[in-house]
Amino acid sequence: MLERLRSPWSDRRAELSLGAVSLLIGFAVVAMVVFVTIQAWPTFSHNGLSWLGSGGKLEEQISAMQETSVHPPASAYHLRAWPLIWGTILTAGVAVVLGLAIAVLSSIFIVELAPTRLRRIAIPVIRLLASVPSVVYGLIGILVLVPFVGNHVISPAEKTSVQDTVLLTGKSLGVAIVILTVMITPIMIALICEALASVPNAWREGAIALGVNPVRAILAVTVRAARPAIVAAAVLATARALGEAIMISMVDGGRDFAPRLSDGITFLFEPLRTLASAIVDYHDGIGAPALKSTLYAFALLMLLSAFALSVGGYLIKLPMRKYQVRG
Amino acid sequence: MSVSSPYGIRLRPPMKSGPGRRSSPLHWRWTDRLALAFAWIAGLGLCAIAAAIVLYMGYRGVQYLRPSLLVSRPEVSLSQSGSGGFLDPVLGTLMLTAIGIVLAAPLAIGSALWIAEYGRPTWLARIVESSIEVVAGTPDIVIALFGLAIFQLPLLAPFSFTASGGGVFGRSFLAAGSMMSLIALPPLFTATRDGLQAVPDHMREAAFALGKTKIATIRAVLLPSVRSNIATGVTLGISRIIGDTAIVVFLLGDTPRLEPQGSAPVTGLLRGTGSTLTSYVFDNSPAGEGGAPQKAYAAAFVLIVFVLGLNLLVDRIGRSHADANGLNVAGAVV
Repeated sequence: MLERLRSPWSDRRAELSLGAVSLLIGFAVVAMVVFVTIQAWPTFSHNGLSWLGSGGKLEEQISAMQETSVHPPASAYHLRAWPLIWGTILTAGVAVVLGLAIAVLSSIFIVELAPTRLRRIAIPVIRLLASVPSVVYGLIGILVLVPFVGNHVISPAEKTSVQDTVLLTGKSLGVAIVILTVMITPIMIALICEALASVPNAWREGAIALGVNPVRAILAVTVRAARPAIVAAAVLATARALGEAIMISMVDGGRDFAPRLSDGITFLFEPLRTLASAIVDYHDGIGAPALKSTLYAFALLMLLSAFALSVGGYLIKLPMRKYQVRG
Repeated sequence: MSVSSPYGIRLRPPMKSGPGRRSSPLHWRWTDRLALAFAWIAGLGLCAIAAAIVLYMGYRGVQYLRPSLLVSRPEVSLSQSGSGGFLDPVLGTLMLTAIGIVLAAPLAIGSALWIAEYGRPTWLARIVESSIEVVAGTPDIVIALFGLAIFQLPLLAPFSFTASGGGVFGRSFLAAGSMMSLIALPPLFTATRDGLQAVPDHMREAAFALGKTKIATIRAVLLPSVRSNIATGVTLGISRIIGDTAIVVFLLGDTPRLEPQGSAPVTGLLRGTGSTLTSYVFDNSPAGEGGAPQKAYAAAFVLIVFVLGLNLLVDRIGRSHADANGLNVAGAVV
């Protein structure tokens, strides 16, 4: 046996074994979808699609689940997940839009504008931002930003305006969005920088030769050519933002509340909960079958949105094939 | 003149505006001037945020980190002064990283080799590549729940912590490590594949001309020449594993100390539970049950030092490699 392993491999054998290793990854993905779906199935079979809607108090629904037995009745699965979905859309959506603008601008800065010495500093520094663990961001959020927002940014008038429904402590949508933006921007910068740098110099020089100023040339030619990479960056960052659990669960207040747009600017200071942070908050109760299935349903929803995002990104990129440099 | 960057891109020299009437930003349209200003603000602002985070954590670290914290074990205590240090979480981080990388490296390097060098049938190669993209886009918390579902199967009970009643708990170093390997897989794969694709074809052709088989070429020519790409990928994978919290909270049991299962020295530890620096920070922050922010700051400082060190390592690997043979290091930051 050992002899056979030591003797030189034939190409055929090498190809087959390397191929088998690669297929393992495909199997892992299939297994992930299958297992999460199986666990989530009871929730959807008992609630139907109205599970995605709104209605009732989420916290009460979940604590009712925790009290059910090993074989819960169908009614135990009752839940309306809209507040969580709304919280997820709000945090991820706003953070991605903000982050995308910042990422495109700072990629232009890094690739085209910054003097060499500044660029040598900026690239490692932004890399560092990308690799700071989310729990450290959460720690800074909960110990620095949350008290600051709670004590100095939210005015007493704002606190009293919503005091009947919710207590404003500083754990809020705004803090979550700010930190999430800082977390996902470096990821986008990495992809966009790479694309901007691979746009042929002559394209931009051609534009400048036609008489436009350098910044206009960058915006009209270089950034335009890098559009597929910008879409790819946005898709990846959205996936990250949707799934960010630990940081959000530390700063979002963990309250059974969905920020209301009708409160005006105060809604930025209202607590919320996202799908991912709800999984973290309730994972202690995963022994109860109904709650377990519900948490897996949250996970399935995130998994499906990640799929939908990559398919959507692919479709958006299709018509941009012309003049693309990468993607 | 070009600057090689750790993103693996050849950056062109910064733009110089030449002489002429149109070159001064003062004469541009206001929208262009605004764009120029915002680009500078965004770039410098991000650098300032990064500097603020590192300096603040450094300040807190110097304030609260004592060498004794690193060598004493956590104690269960209500007061911050009595709760001990974080030796066990540091060990947990190191163990989990080792397990994750040992599991991820053969998978990632093997599939990168297959994709770059064989890759037939094409549709199968495309499936493998997209499944790695899917893994890269899957939130870590979903991966954690997936791991819990697998390791709670009775079939896999020997791999994890088993409660005294015989119920499969599904939490252990092996369970967490195998899911961590999924987290480390995408950067490792991308770095290796991009490195292989950057190896010029004439190197392969020279090997074939000498009568080498494909696999012999891979062993003798390709793998040595992408060594530094693999090193970059491993470093990126390590920093992903070190920074992950969700998988630890769900799959490692999150017990303050290492709790071996049974009495076997190594396998007992692998089947046992524990915690890592990230989960230690989480538990000691006001978000966890223990309100010990000083301990959380100290542990977070150690984490940041790890991450900084890994970043420097990636930088150094990238630089030496670019100098050695002009190939660029793969830009596998994500």
